[in-house]
Amino acid sequence: MNVKELADKLGLEIHAGKQAADRDILGGYTGDLLSDVMARINPGTAWMTIQTHQNIVAVAVLREAACISITGGHRPDRETVERAEKENMPVLLADDNSFDLCLKIADLKVL
Amino acid sequence: MASLSRTFRIQKRDFTNAGNASISVKKLLKSLNLSACVIRKVSICGYEGEMNVVMHAATDGILAFELTEKKIFLTVSDEGPGIEDIETAMQKGYSTASDEFREMGFGAGMGLHNIRENADSLHIDSTLGAGTVIRMEFNPGG
Ligand SMILES: Nc1ncnc2c1ncn2[C@@H]1O[C@H](COP(=O)(O)OP(=O)(O)OP(=O)(O)O)[C@@H](O)[C@H]1O
Ligand SMILES: [Mg+2]
Repeated sequence: MNVKELADKLGLEIHAGKQAADRDILGGYTGDLLSDVMARINPGTAWMTIQTHQNIVAVAVLREAACISITGGHRPDRETVERAEKENMPVLLADDNSFDLCLKIADLKVL
Repeated sequence: MASLSRTFRIQKRDFTNAGNASISVKKLLKSLNLSACVIRKVSICGYEGEMNVVMHAATDGILAFELTEKKIFLTVSDEGPGIEDIETAMQKGYSTASDEFREMGFGAGMGLHNIRENADSLHIDSTLGAGTVIRMEFNPGG
């Protein structure tokens, strides 16, 4: 399943980085402590976080995340959106909190 | 084979560009077709070293990268304030990050731990008042 299919299935807005939404999702991770995320995610991860500032894009790019999902109704800073566009990193927006979003992804039985 | 080297300036408290030096190094390694494993290690170590300068250093810093036939050298340096007790600072969970940075998801006290886990060789020199130099080496095949 790729990022666009995931967003469509869950009704999530792809707020930035649409051009890279055909990237395949190989796994998922939820975390808001950046050094923890850095150490634990792998290429192709759909990363769920409540952080909204631009450093999340650096983390996602360095670890080749498939996409960032900002959960809990939080909205990314303008700089985050700009950096995500520049680095081709899809940013999805979810009103669900990270736990509820994970449940919905689990229901899809794709990972 | 000639060696390939790059240096990048890291600006203290500059969150706009924080991570860009490591991203440049990562893209370079990727363009050279190095293994996913070594790219992972260098990316993590570069990022943690770079973020520590952004967050903790009193001066701007430098990230220096060198690739030779046998090794990758990554060095992150700044000129202060230095680390009082390196062993304590290396402990998982130890952090002097401010509340403001913690709210941003920094300050888990995991950066130096991540570096220790991922660098094939690590040397930290730090002197209070003079600064910190973190020297890391990686095996390009590993
Ligand atoms: N370049 C540096 N100059 C001065 N002090 C530093 C430097 N790097 C690290 N430290 C000190 O060592 C502590 C531990 O660093 P470490 O990277 O492990 O955690 P952190 O930066 O506080 O949090 P995290 O890396 O999880 O965001 C820091 O809180 C800081 O006190
Ligand atoms: Mg750190």
